[in-house]
Amino acid sequence: MEIDQITQNVLNQIDDAGFKQEGAYNLRYNGQALCHGDSEHIKIKKREDGNPGINVYISKDAQDETVHIPVVISKSGMNDEVYNDFYIEAGAKVNIIAGCGIHNSGCNDSRHDGIHSFHVGEGAQVTYAEKHYGEGEGTGGRFLNPQTRIYVGKDAQFNLDTAQIKGVDSTKRVTYVELEEGAKIYVTERLMTHDEQQAASNMDVVLNGKGSSAQIISRSVAKGRSVQVFHPKAIGNNDCHAHIQCDSIIMNEAKVSSIPEINANHVEAAIIHEAAIGRINNDQVTKLRTMGLSAQEAENVIIEAFLN
Amino acid sequence: MLKAEHLSFSAKDEERKIIDDISFCVNPGEMLVITGPNGSGKSTLMKLLMGIEKNDNGSINLDGEDITGLNIDERANAGMGYAFQQPPRFKGMTVRRLLSIAAGGGLSENNCCDLLSGVGLCAREYLNRQVDDTLSGGEMKRIEIATVLARPHKICLFDEPEAGIDLWSFSMLVKQFEKIHREKKESIIVISHQEKLINMADRIMLLKDGKIAGIGSRDEIASELFSNGGFFGCSKTNEES
Repeated sequence: MEIDQITQNVLNQIDDAGFKQEGAYNLRYNGQALCHGDSEHIKIKKREDGNPGINVYISKDAQDETVHIPVVISKSGMNDEVYNDFYIEAGAKVNIIAGCGIHNSGCNDSRHDGIHSFHVGEGAQVTYAEKHYGEGEGTGGRFLNPQTRIYVGKDAQFNLDTAQIKGVDSTKRVTYVELEEGAKIYVTERLMTHDEQQAASNMDVVLNGKGSSAQIISRSVAKGRSVQVFHPKAIGNNDCHAHIQCDSIIMNEAKVSSIPEINANHVEAAIIHEAAIGRINNDQVTKLRTMGLSAQEAENVIIEAFLN
Repeated sequence: MLKAEHLSFSAKDEERKIIDDISFCVNPGEMLVITGPNGSGKSTLMKLLMGIEKNDNGSINLDGEDITGLNIDERANAGMGYAFQQPPRFKGMTVRRLLSIAAGGGLSENNCCDLLSGVGLCAREYLNRQVDDTLSGGEMKRIEIATVLARPHKICLFDEPEAGIDLWSFSMLVKQFEKIHREKKESIIVISHQEKLINMADRIMLLKDGKIAGIGSRDEIASELFSNGGFFGCSKTNEES
């Protein structure tokens, strides 16, 4: 299947590993599956419940395998809603690379709502990367509203890496996580907003199992007149550990709200939160300038490193 | 050669001059140590030389070029290096990335390792560590020195390199200064209270109340240095005390 240049450019932005039509993959393009393939251990099936989207079945024999499921929207005015469910068998080790890019060169709003759920079997290890990106010279808005539900089984581990660096006018992210005994989740959320963009992220992590743990790290940069709101919440219902860290750099006339919430419903629940919002430190800029960078270059390096 | 003439600087809303009509020069390959009591204007003088603060009066000349009007990065690109007394920390920035920027572009892993080894850090452990709160004050200072050594300069300015570091780190630092000094490729100005560094200097500048109270070899300004019955502003090292 030949992929046009605009789509390829968007894919390059959202898939760091490089999208290829090999192994297990599914490219959703303007609301339709453009191409897809299975591997021996990863099968992708069209849903049969009437909702648009796919079910992805990952067998226990998948070890260090990768599945790519990018979404590209290049049609202005497109309103795409998709339901993707992932069933990961006990003991599997898999990387799932998702992500959505909107190229909007028209005057109508384009929107993608990805509703994903993950059912992670005992002892499985999953890394899920989701990158959001918007571009296009049109006046139409670019909206992305992901909803992610993750059920992590006994002694399984889930790494959730989300990034939205450029071009998305509005995003409302909702994440819900449940952890069983010994289950672990590591969340890294990176966000940069500019101009009049709006971003909100609500995340609930429910630690039900004994020995479960969660680490949630959120790094964001707000420029222009953009607005960001974070509300990560950890709920400890057993002997468990959770750590929430939200760090934001605020610039220009932007607004950032960071509301980490921790709830302990068990005497052995150990939950910590940290939150900080501040401007770029002048000493950092000065230090980089003494190394020959201009003030603007220094600022860019500081932001790039911060969001690294 | 760096030449400063009639430098003056007052802080905002203050009549008192922090730097008061200072003139001096640093010759190619020369090591000048600036010492003096707290509040005498040592760090401010270094900031004026680097362009971090702007002098009210006077001029600064580097190898025949008037750099008074140049900003910080223009002075850096003209060949000046600067090590902070309290280096800033960067969330997310790895030691390797910071050293690469300091070197002015890509830096091989071997070069990074050499730089870190030179300041007494085990390279493999540090390359991918972040220059953030997880590093101690001593580690930060050593990485700071490494960033200055990462590329050749005409002149390097070190603001109290010994501040906040342990004795072992200090001895590594002394070795680095000895090396730079021996090679005579770069001029260095060091603010220091440490006798070891002062003894190494070609010339010493004693600063008091924003003015030069004495400048010359150790012998030439011994009377100013040893005023008030002690080694002025300087701490002796163990084996020499």
